[in-house]
Amino acid sequence: MAVKKFVVGVFTDEAVLFPAIGKVRSAGYKIHEVYTPMPIHGMDHALGLRDTSLHTAGFIYGITGTTTALTGIGWVFNIDWPVNIGGKSHFDLAAWIPITFELTVLFSAVGMFLTFLFLNQMAPFVRKHHFNLRSTDDQFTMVIELTEKSNAEEIKAFLTNVGAVGINLQEAETGWWIGRYDTDKTPLKHKGELLA
Amino acid sequence: MQAPLRYESQVRTALVEGQKDYHQVTEDIVRPVEAAPSRLWWIGFIISVCCLLFGVWSVTEQVIYGVGQWNLHRTIGWGWDITNFVWWVGIGHAGTLISAILLLFRQGWRTGVNRAAEAMTIFAVMCAGQFPIWHMGRVWLCFFIMPYPNTRGPVWPNFNSPLLWDVFAISTYFTVSVLFWYSGLIPDIATVRDRAKVKWRKLMYGVLSFGWTGSTKHWQRHESLSLVLAGLSTPLVLSVHTIVSMDFATSVIPGWHTTIFPPYFVAGAIFSGFAMVQTLLLVSRKVLKLEGYITLEHIEVMNKVIVLTGSIVGIAYLTELFISWYGQNKFEGWAFAQNRVNIFSPYGWSYYLMMGCNVLSPQIFWFRKMRRNLTVTFFMSVIVNIGMWFERFVIIVTSIYRDYLPSSWAMYYAPSIWEVGFYIGTFGLFFTCYFLFSKFFPVIAIAEIKHILKKSGESYKEKMGPLEQMPVEEFAHEYAHAH
Repeated sequence: MAVKKFVVGVFTDEAVLFPAIGKVRSAGYKIHEVYTPMPIHGMDHALGLRDTSLHTAGFIYGITGTTTALTGIGWVFNIDWPVNIGGKSHFDLAAWIPITFELTVLFSAVGMFLTFLFLNQMAPFVRKHHFNLRSTDDQFTMVIELTEKSNAEEIKAFLTNVGAVGINLQEAETGWWIGRYDTDKTPLKHKGELLA
Repeated sequence: MQAPLRYESQVRTALVEGQKDYHQVTEDIVRPVEAAPSRLWWIGFIISVCCLLFGVWSVTEQVIYGVGQWNLHRTIGWGWDITNFVWWVGIGHAGTLISAILLLFRQGWRTGVNRAAEAMTIFAVMCAGQFPIWHMGRVWLCFFIMPYPNTRGPVWPNFNSPLLWDVFAISTYFTVSVLFWYSGLIPDIATVRDRAKVKWRKLMYGVLSFGWTGSTKHWQRHESLSLVLAGLSTPLVLSVHTIVSMDFATSVIPGWHTTIFPPYFVAGAIFSGFAMVQTLLLVSRKVLKLEGYITLEHIEVMNKVIVLTGSIVGIAYLTELFISWYGQNKFEGWAFAQNRVNIFSPYGWSYYLMMGCNVLSPQIFWFRKMRRNLTVTFFMSVIVNIGMWFERFVIIVTSIYRDYLPSSWAMYYAPSIWEVGFYIGTFGLFFTCYFLFSKFFPVIAIAEIKHILKKSGESYKEKMGPLEQMPVEEFAHEYAHAH
């Protein structure tokens, strides 16, 4: 949650973007984010991001569902209200498999989806700063954070060198805020103002 | 020259036809969303809404006067409603197969059709759910099927009953399908949002996009979510129709006394689902001008699935017929020999109609020319769905109209106007939803098409041609420094 300054480099080809990421990183610049219109395999590793543990969360939600189903049905049929159904056992595990399976899947899917939204800070009426509107269309946008040590002009020249086709300087709120996309009421006074 | 990031052999047909780049893909797919609906769209939409309203009227009659408005009676307690329920659930299965199972198998062609197929799944399951709910009669008490602590004992539902398994299976299937579909839609909604010029469009797609930015970390999580949801949906979709088949197979009614039902129902579900996908996509690609994305190749591949699953269904029909004789259960044997195979029995015709539509007619797709013929495909997709409807009719009605006690045999069952109206109403619901979906959302997954564009797009594959002809030494010399 802070307003920072960024140099934004726009690329039109992922084959140019990939080597550029390596060069920018080895030159020691701090890549804030790379925005792409589609998933690009290997990009997360190129950026040095660690693997997501969303699937681990999914597994935990899943076994929670399994446990809920088994303990729930077991409690109902054995403790709360044991009913004689055709003389069958009160602890009829085989007959509980379908519901146990369904609840496992349900808990895992819903839990993962909500965790996905939470981690990505996504919800209806959530707004974020968009550095380049065409990064959901056909452009790849690399955003480099300006620190006290770095020089904007130097980064710009570097980005041109590695193949960026459009470069600009933006001041942006890094977090999210409650807002709508049809109005421009943002917590930042000169939001997205082109400084250069 | 830069080395290509991904490469696919020329032997495989291009999945995106024409000279397209990323921007062109966005333009083509978003165009129907941004343009005003065509006259054809309005006609279709109004007809669908009329059917839906007729369905609402039919259901209202039934709620006011009771299930007696339907021509069900003590012998044939399940007729059109459960036939329609199983039929609609089955149709949903193709969507999950395309989006989940083919994702796990890394089938690139799914990207052109998965969005529409998933939408179809959701709408079909919505239609299916109507039948058991309204069949309850006192529908205002429908929450009794959910297990919750209550003041009636507490009385719990029977967790050992396939009917309750169905409640869990269908509701889980619906929920997971919606999540899978929506999580895939979010990036594409963001694409529409970022192109929006009008206020309401910015607002609506802004809200629906959940603030998606397309950052690498988000895509990484998105990929993980899609993969795990696909992994969960794969056994889920198999379980749903398995459980539906257990509604029948766990009972002791002659004709349902068969352990082959689960795989046979699942194959039948995929079979009918693909037929419905064909019906919808053949119309959608034409009306929305998306022939470059839903190509003849896609149609052909789906026809291959139809002939495969149709043949599996055929083997299942013959197997259950054989077992009814081999099993030496005389009630079961009689149900097959007299109620079904005997063409002169009251419903004998429906058995042969089913055999003809589901087993014989799809065999035409062994011929490549027929698989790539749009008229034949469209005609067959309708035939298959008629056949699959009759399969459920045969299973349900021909099994229960004559059972153990000849004095309770009921020879003729014909649906009342309100039963037919209810069925028409679900068509109305299905197509109303589909029309709205095709107007307001991209019917093709934009991000996924972009993902395969440089591998399977026609213009990019052409560029690979000279590379393939190059001698190895020259290729190595040219590309040795690329990485």
